[in-house]
Amino acid sequence: MTENGTTTNILISGVGGQGVLLASYVLGQAAMKEGYEVKQSEVHGMSQRGGSVVSHLRFGERLASPIVTQGTADFLLSFEPLEALRFFNWLRPGALLIYNTLRVNPSTVAAGLATYPDDIHGRIAETWPNSRGIDATLLAEEAGTAKATNIVMLGSIAAELPFPLETWRDIISRVVPPKTVETNMKAFELGRAAAR
Amino acid sequence: MKDILSGNEAMARGAWEAGVRFAAAYPGTPSTEILENIRNYEDIESQWSPNEKVATEVALGASIAGARSLAVMKHVGVNVAADPLFTASYTGVNGGFVMITADDPAMHSSQNEQDNRNYARFAKVPLLEPSDSQEAKDMLKLAFELSEEFDTPVLFRTTTRISHSKTMVELGERPALEPLTVLEKDVPKYTMLPGFAKLKHPKVEQRILDLAQRAETLDVNRIEMGDPSVGIVTSGVVYQYAREAFPGASFLKLGMTYPLPQAMIEEFRSKVEHLYVVEELDPFLEDIIRLMGVKVDGGKDVFPITGELDPGSVARLLTAAGAPGADADLLAEPGPGVEGLPMRPPTLCPGCSHRGVFTVLSRLKVFVSGDIGCYTLGAMAPFGAMHACVCMGASIGMAHGISKVTDAQGQIKNQSVAVIGDSTFFHSGITGLMDTVWNQGASTTIILDNRTTAMTGGQENPGTGKALSGQPAAEVDIPKLVEALGVKRIAYMDPYDLTETEEVIKRELAVPEPSVIIAQAPCVLQFKIMNDPWTVDSELCTGCKRCLRVGCIALSLLEGEGEEDTLVEIDPVQCNGCGVCAQMCRFDAILPPVPVEA
Ligand SMILES: Cc1ncc(C[n+]2csc(CCOP(=O)(O)OP(=O)(O)O)c2C)c(N)n1
Ligand code: SF4
Ligand code: SF4
Repeated sequence: MTENGTTTNILISGVGGQGVLLASYVLGQAAMKEGYEVKQSEVHGMSQRGGSVVSHLRFGERLASPIVTQGTADFLLSFEPLEALRFFNWLRPGALLIYNTLRVNPSTVAAGLATYPDDIHGRIAETWPNSRGIDATLLAEEAGTAKATNIVMLGSIAAELPFPLETWRDIISRVVPPKTVETNMKAFELGRAAAR
Repeated sequence: MKDILSGNEAMARGAWEAGVRFAAAYPGTPSTEILENIRNYEDIESQWSPNEKVATEVALGASIAGARSLAVMKHVGVNVAADPLFTASYTGVNGGFVMITADDPAMHSSQNEQDNRNYARFAKVPLLEPSDSQEAKDMLKLAFELSEEFDTPVLFRTTTRISHSKTMVELGERPALEPLTVLEKDVPKYTMLPGFAKLKHPKVEQRILDLAQRAETLDVNRIEMGDPSVGIVTSGVVYQYAREAFPGASFLKLGMTYPLPQAMIEEFRSKVEHLYVVEELDPFLEDIIRLMGVKVDGGKDVFPITGELDPGSVARLLTAAGAPGADADLLAEPGPGVEGLPMRPPTLCPGCSHRGVFTVLSRLKVFVSGDIGCYTLGAMAPFGAMHACVCMGASIGMAHGISKVTDAQGQIKNQSVAVIGDSTFFHSGITGLMDTVWNQGASTTIILDNRTTAMTGGQENPGTGKALSGQPAAEVDIPKLVEALGVKRIAYMDPYDLTETEEVIKRELAVPEPSVIIAQAPCVLQFKIMNDPWTVDSELCTGCKRCLRVGCIALSLLEGEGEEDTLVEIDPVQCNGCGVCAQMCRFDAILPPVPVEA
C-alpha cells in the first residue's frame, strides 16, 4: 500500500495463453464489488503467441494512473518463475511475490539459443525473500483440471486481499463455464491454503 | 449503472449512446476491439472493410446519407485513409463523422510510433483525446456533436493505455432514431472539383478559427488549480500519470487538443509560476503553445520524444527539472532488477502453417521481402528469413523493385521473393502484384492463405466467405483474381510438406516471369485445429538439434551429462502434430502418433 494506505498495486505476469488477463479481470471485478475504484491495464497483441504478458491492477479510494510504477507494486503474482524474475524491479520494499513454480520455456530456450536461469527458485528466494512458490498447476490438476491454474493463483493471493469469499465465488462463477464452478472453487481453496 | 470497461469497450458504448448508425474498420492493435464490441449493438450497422481507406470512404458515404458514422483504425491505418480524410475535411459531413485513431506509443505491437495528433493539424480537423474510459465514452458523443455543428470530420485519438486499460464507467442510454428516408444532393458541398474546392478551403480555415473559439468554453478543457508553483499542461492518459505524480499541482487538462484554446492557456500561464507541457511522443501541444508566444518552462527538453511515459518517469523527470511536490512514493528506488534474462518473444504457434514455409526460405537463403502478419515472426530466430518489412502490402512492390535492379546470375540466394498473408494481400497487396505484372517483373509472390486475419485475433476478411459477425458472404477467389491481374504462373503448395514447398519455391524462382504460389492451410489457432502429438524416440535421437530450426515451442533440448545424452523432447501438451520437425530429422527419430485402435 502507498503511504496514505489507500491504494493497492498488483502486477500479474505470465506467458500468453496462461490466463493472466482472466485472473486480472476477476481481481478487478472483485475490487469493484467491494466498493473500490479500480484501474487495470494490459498490453495484448503479439502477447497471444506465447510471449510475456503483464497486467497492472490498482484499486483504492481514488486513483489516477491505470499503470503501476516500478518500485511501487505491493504484490507480484506470477504464473511462471522466469516471468516473476523479469518484473522484480516493480516490487516495493516488503512486497509479496507469489509465483507458480512450473517452468515454461521461452522460444529462445526451446530453440537452444538461450538458457533458462539455473536454480531459479533459489535465485528468487535469495533476491526476494518475501516470496512463495506454489505448484499451482499440480494443485489445479488435483482440483480436477490443469485449466484452473489461474484460479489457483487467484486463491493464493486471496488471503492477502480484503475481499470476502462470497465475492470471489460470485465473480469466478461468472467467468468459468457453469459446470466447472465447483472444480474452480476447489482450485481456489487449494491455492488459498497453499500460499499460507 | 456502473461497469469496468476498457477504453475500447467504452468507445463502442459511446458510439451506441451517441446514436451512431454505421461503423466500419480494418483491424489493428490497439483498435480492434472497438468494432468487435460495436457489432454486439444490433442497432449499429457495422462491418470490416478490406482496408482503412475503404472503411473511411464507406463511413463518409453513410455520413453524407445522414447517419452518424464512425471509421476506426490503428495509427498507421490513418496513413492509408489519409486521402479521403483530407478531402472529407473540405466536404464536411451531414450526419456526424468521426475517425478513431488508436496510437501505439512504445510500439507494443506496431511498426512505427507516429503521433497522429499531427494529422488533425495537417487535415485541419478538430482532435479529441480522452484520458480514461469514462471520457472515451462521453467525449465520443461530444465528437459527433462538434462534427455536426462545425460540419467537419473529427479525429478522436486513443492510445494503447487508453484502449487497453479498464476503468469505471457510468453507462447511459441510446436516443430513439428515425429512419433515414431522404438522400439529399448537394453538388458544391460534396463534389470536390477545383472550382468547388476553392470555395471550400477558406471555410475550412475559418472553421478551425471558430473551433478554437469554442475550445475556450468546452468543459473537456479545464483549469484545475492547485499549488500555483507548478502548472502542467497535458492530455490523454498522460494527464492521469501527471495527476498521480504531482497530486498537488495545477493542471490545464485538455480534452480537445486541436485547435487549442489560446485565452485559456494564457490565463493558466498567468496563474502559475512554472509551466510544463507533459506529453508523449511529439512536442505537439508544446510547439503550438510556444507559437502562441506563451512561455514554456519545460517540455521536450525534459521529457523524451520516444516511447511511453508513466507516473514514475513524470515524477522523476519533472523533479529533476526543478518542480517541487512529486509523490515521494514514485521517486523511491525501484526493486532489484534482474539482468540478462532470456527474452520471451511471441512465436508461431505449434502447428502453424507458416512454419514450413519459413523453414524452407531460411534454408534457401533468398532475400525475403516480407509483410505484416503472424508470419512476420519468420524474421526472428531461428528462421531469420525476412529481410524487409515496412508496411502492409509493401512486400510485393519491394520485391519487384529489387528484382528490377539486381542481376541474380542464376543464383537462388540472390533473388527476392515476396511473402504476404491473405488479409494483407486484400488490404493492399493486389496493386503491387498488378505493378509487377504490368511492368514485366519477374518476382515470385507467396500468398500465405490461412483463411483469417490471424495477427489481430482472427478476423474475417474478403477471402473467408464470412463478414464481421460470421454471416455468410461472397468469397474472393484468389487464383482467379491473380489470373485476372495477368499472372500466368500460379502454383500451389502444401506448407506442411517441406520437400514440396522447397521444390515449388525453387522452380518458380527459376522462371523469369511473375509467379504466385498459394500456400493454403488454415490457422490452427483460429480454427481450433488439434492434432495428436508426435514423439521423439530417445534411442534414435542423436541430439543434433537440426529439428530445432523449425522454431517450435513444443520442442526442447534435454541437456544430459555428456554429448551423447543430449536429446530433443516434445512437450505433448503443446505439440500440435504437424510433423514439420520430423521432416528435419535425418535419423527418423521423430515419430507420428500411433492411431488408437477403435
Ligand atoms: C495499415 C495497417 N493496418 C492494420 C495493421 C495491423 N495488422 C498487422 S498484420 C494484420 C493482418 C495480418 O493478416 P494476414 O496478412 O492474413 O496474416 P496472418 O496474421 O493471418 O498470418 C493487421 C490487421 C497494420 N500493421 N497496418
Ligand atoms: S495464430 Fe495462426 S497464423 Fe498466427 S502463429 Fe498461430 S497458427 Fe500461425
Ligand atoms: S510436430 Fe513438431 S513442429 Fe509440429 S507442433 Fe509438434 S513439435 Fe512442433
